[in-house]
Amino acid sequence: MKITVKLYASLADHLPAGTKGNEAEIEVADDATPAQVIATLGLPEKMCHLVLLNGIYVEPSARHTATFEDGDALAMWPPVAGG
Amino acid sequence: MAWARRILRVDLTKGTCTHEPLNMEWAKRYLGQRGLATKYLTEEIDPKVDPLAPENKLIMATGPLTGTCASTAGRYSVITKGALTGAIACSNSGGFFGNEMKNAGLDMIIFEGKAKSPVYLFIDNDDCRLLDASDYWGTSVWDTEEGIKERHGDPQIRVASIGVSGEKGVKFACVVNDMHRAAGRSGVGTVMGSKNLKAVALRGTKGVAVNDMPAFLKAVTDGKKVLAENAVTGQGLPAYGTQVLMNVINETGALPTRNHRDIQFEGASKISAEAMAEPRESDGKPNLVRNAACFGCTIACGRVSTIDRTHYTVADRPQYQIASGGLEYEAAWALGAATGVDDLDALTFANFICNEQGFDPISFGATVGAAMELFEDGVITPKETGGIELNFGSAKALTDLAELCGKGEGFGAEIGLGSKLLCEKYGHPELSMSVKGQEFPAYDSRGIQGMGLTYATSNRGACHLRSYTVASEVLGIPEKTDPLVTDGKAGLVKAFQDATAAVDSAGICVFTTFAWTLEDIAPQIDAACEGDWSVENLLELGERVWNLERRFNLAAGFTGKDDNLPKRLVKDAAKTGPAKGLTNGLDTMLPEYYELRGWSKDGVPTNETVSRLTL
Repeated sequence: MKITVKLYASLADHLPAGTKGNEAEIEVADDATPAQVIATLGLPEKMCHLVLLNGIYVEPSARHTATFEDGDALAMWPPVAGG
Repeated sequence: MAWARRILRVDLTKGTCTHEPLNMEWAKRYLGQRGLATKYLTEEIDPKVDPLAPENKLIMATGPLTGTCASTAGRYSVITKGALTGAIACSNSGGFFGNEMKNAGLDMIIFEGKAKSPVYLFIDNDDCRLLDASDYWGTSVWDTEEGIKERHGDPQIRVASIGVSGEKGVKFACVVNDMHRAAGRSGVGTVMGSKNLKAVALRGTKGVAVNDMPAFLKAVTDGKKVLAENAVTGQGLPAYGTQVLMNVINETGALPTRNHRDIQFEGASKISAEAMAEPRESDGKPNLVRNAACFGCTIACGRVSTIDRTHYTVADRPQYQIASGGLEYEAAWALGAATGVDDLDALTFANFICNEQGFDPISFGATVGAAMELFEDGVITPKETGGIELNFGSAKALTDLAELCGKGEGFGAEIGLGSKLLCEKYGHPELSMSVKGQEFPAYDSRGIQGMGLTYATSNRGACHLRSYTVASEVLGIPEKTDPLVTDGKAGLVKAFQDATAAVDSAGICVFTTFAWTLEDIAPQIDAACEGDWSVENLLELGERVWNLERRFNLAAGFTGKDDNLPKRLVKDAAKTGPAKGLTNGLDTMLPEYYELRGWSKDGVPTNETVSRLTL
């Protein structure tokens, strides 16, 4: 199935080559997890501070168990803040 | 020590400047800046005073750490009764002005009365004079600052001034210092303008002493290490600035869009930090030139930007083809998502104008958003707008109105009323997205529940900086909470409010708290100042300040009924994103909050609370 992965700030360097903007559609296995996507893209795990699946926060402990549905959006940021 | 122990009282009516000793008994209970100046203000003015009457006073205040070597210790605040809200106003600014003021030996400057003709206050250490400002009246912040420096032959003078908007009574005018740092909210610049006070220009070389230098240097060094090693303050904020939040909040489903009709903006990525770093097609250069730091800051979150020279806003106007203060998240949201405009250069231009003419981009953008809704609903037409087609998404309408508002002309003068008065004027008060007359910042409280309580109870009207629960609810600082639930939010909001009031009274920047807790801050204050400044005492100070502000508002005529949100947020469910189907649960959070505060069911501090806090 296909999901959209969105990588922001310094994580954007890990988007697949040729990606325009901050998001790319990728193919994942039916039982893929956010942790597997993080590993596949070569993202430094420690820098994946804010992980949102369809906008909802994925706890670090759930990143190895959460699964996707076709068309899901997985967005990630390093530690950031503002205001 | 740390305090200069001296204030300057400026009677604009009489034209006199008089030094007075600082009330040290109050300083030991209210610390400085926000807390101490609020104490002075509430003791000296009638809470029911017209904000624009000579009887209102305006205070510029530093904190005890201002001007020291603590990180971010260049802050000052402007405290008055707000022109936009009629509530207590306290607007905090960085840059270099606060440090210079402290080094002139001043904890505070209290302005009272009204000058007969435009003046500016000039300070060179102990030499304090009111000078004729007629040459600068009618000119921008930028021209005023340059003109004063040239007149005195000293480029090191630090200037805080108002633009034409503040002279013309735009309700959300700022006091701008160092060209593009601003005490931005609640109309503190409008009050300054009402007093015929154009600017404060100063030089200070006295230095700032601290109580226990070895302990202070250790605490400061420890604190800077924490900031440097923290991923947010050491890497994220300097690299991406606050604007990195644009995509975060949009993805979270809490980005107020088109006057809060929607909570996700399809153009968010085009106006984000990532977009600011993207090379332009025309010249291959990005919008973002570099980051920037205020006095003593080891974070450096500020943005310096340029506008594409081929863009319609600047193509034939070389004066704007410069590197100047770039978009921060709140400004980018208000000028962009709130109006549906996704043209980054147009937003940057409007932001330049806000700095140049001294008005708050949050209230301006949000009010334009409300006016766009009035226009699209057919309530106002080109007849009212002076021919401007005020549709959502119109960059041209946004930039035209920025220029008109900056000069207080045409429909820009009506935008300058703020959204509350504007929407009331046209018979639709429900379209003003505000609390106590002040427009919301960049977080929709249907998607971040705690921010609803934050806005509703903020003493200066809707504000994110009074209790930034976004840190916890979205960013996981200091710990992650669920943004979609109301459970626990009353306590979270109170904790953020009290801690922030303490930080705002110290002379340092609230952004340090993305890394620092009060455990890091207390040793710095404790070493700098006489007295016992433990974490517990700072929290009590924060609670005391919060209640002092609350009691001023109650005496000014506000009641618990003003701790409310627009119907749109509590009746109309979010249409998309994680919060789809949700409204804000203020009615469940507010009673618990009142109880935690020690207030009555009507939101009035009880006698026990007043006594406990020695108010």
